[in-house]
Amino acid sequence: MSETQFYSLRVNGKQREVTDAWLGESLLYVLRERLGLPGSKGACEQGECGSCTVIIDGAAVCSCLVLAASAVDTDITTIEGYSDGALTDVQQAFIDEGAVQCGFCTPGLIVAVHHLLEHTPRPSEMKVKEALSGNICRCTGYGRIFAAVTRVIEQRDHQ
Amino acid sequence: MSIHLPQTLNEALHMLQVVPHAQILAGGTDFMVEVNFNKHGVHDVIALRHVDELKKWSHDTVAGVVTIGAAVPYADMEHGELAQLFPALAEAARTVGSPQIRAAGTLGGNLGTCSPAGDALPVLFALNAVINVASTHATRSIPVADFMRGPKRNDLAQDELIVSVTIKTVAGWQGYAKVGTRNAMVISVASASLVLDHVNNSSRIALGSVGPTIIRCIQAEQWLQGVYDFTSHQALDDSIATEFGQRVSQESRPIDDHRSTALYRRHAVGVLAKRLLQRGSAQ
Ligand SMILES: Cc1cc2nc3c(=O)[nH]c(=O)nc-3n(C[C@H](O)[C@H](O)[C@H](O)COP(=O)(O)OP(=O)(O)OC[C@H]3O[C@@H](n4cnc5c(N)ncnc54)[C@H](O)[C@@H]3O)c2cc1C
Ligand code: FES
Ligand code: FES
Repeated sequence: MSETQFYSLRVNGKQREVTDAWLGESLLYVLRERLGLPGSKGACEQGECGSCTVIIDGAAVCSCLVLAASAVDTDITTIEGYSDGALTDVQQAFIDEGAVQCGFCTPGLIVAVHHLLEHTPRPSEMKVKEALSGNICRCTGYGRIFAAVTRVIEQRDHQ
Repeated sequence: MSIHLPQTLNEALHMLQVVPHAQILAGGTDFMVEVNFNKHGVHDVIALRHVDELKKWSHDTVAGVVTIGAAVPYADMEHGELAQLFPALAEAARTVGSPQIRAAGTLGGNLGTCSPAGDALPVLFALNAVINVASTHATRSIPVADFMRGPKRNDLAQDELIVSVTIKTVAGWQGYAKVGTRNAMVISVASASLVLDHVNNSSRIALGSVGPTIIRCIQAEQWLQGVYDFTSHQALDDSIATEFGQRVSQESRPIDDHRSTALYRRHAVGVLAKRLLQRGSAQ
């Protein structure tokens, strides 16, 4: 590949072409600035805040620490991939519990919560705290966020 | 500038040979921070993401030897069989960054960066791990103590790749302890890993963040062997644990920096050593 060679990424099930991009760009940057997917947020660009969390081949990772051009031939799911308009149960629970204030951390948290509950449908309180320890919220405090997670677990149990 | 995505180990080694000054990219958790903050440029990258051979680990039960691929992420060491084989490695892995960092960060990356604060490193020292590296023309197996040359310096040549880490299983207790300012997402201020070897009736302790490299405390280990029988299952005298902590402290070589002071580190690492020994001998 030369400096700006074309490559293609599989994002939310669709093959997306990236053209004229500098090869050193992070996946976060490419998603937001080149592919029109601004749901993933960038706050620290050093893996500390989790607001850029996406799923790559089944693992929740910080997209700011992924070299976009190295993510060719992987399955990438961003926050935009979780719904086609309607809110997911996790999103609705965040609203109902008042777990969103400025909303900057929210997309990363929603991705992390979906990922947690997919693998561990009934996590202990400790497990929830640990699973969300890479997602920093500076507004709401974590009480309402944990309450939203509890609400989803209970709702899914009753379904 | 180019980005290469080898599918096999041989392909990766070949690329390393033909692309001069290539940069190796594993989980990216050290590499990309440097790129995002313009601390180093990106020129020719060999990304290991698709090299499945490096993401596996295996256990030779006859020889009692475990080989862990360089690109195995911390998430795979935290729980399960690998965690049962090396509880100290699991404890260290659990303290690294956050779940997102542990899903991406690898053992090879920790060794590539070779920071004295790297959490896997004291454990590899206490377990006498051997680092297996390869180029297109040769392979080498290097004891981890020789592999780490200094702060952020290792023994790797430009055309060599870290392939795996080999560790002998040990009969006896092992653990890792770390001091930092909070629980999640913290680089260690001081850390220690203790391995008790019941077969050889000996111990090994290695310290992180209290010297230019990881430090093995050979003198404290030898002293302990003279005063305590690991196979006796007798309660450990408090005075032995305390003196062990003091001796470990003396062998540390900490400095003042933005994370802590030498004085605090020296004290803290002694407390960690004492507690690890108390924990280990109570089993
Ligand atoms: C938010 C955050 C928190 C962190 N917390 C911790 C922590 O608590 N404890 C800790 O120890 N570390 C921590 N780190 C640092 C980092 O996660 C670890 O050092 C990790 O092990 C690096 O692995 P990686 O696969 O991401 O390496 P990369 O970033 O991909 O590579 C790191 C270096 O190693 C080289 N390299 C990688 N693989 C190989 C190989 N197979 N052969 C030769 N060279 C190779 C690369 O060229 C590069 O120089 C943290 C990082 C972040 C961003
Ligand atoms: S922007 Fe990626 S973790 Fe903060
Ligand atoms: S709602 Fe503002 S950072 Fe979380």
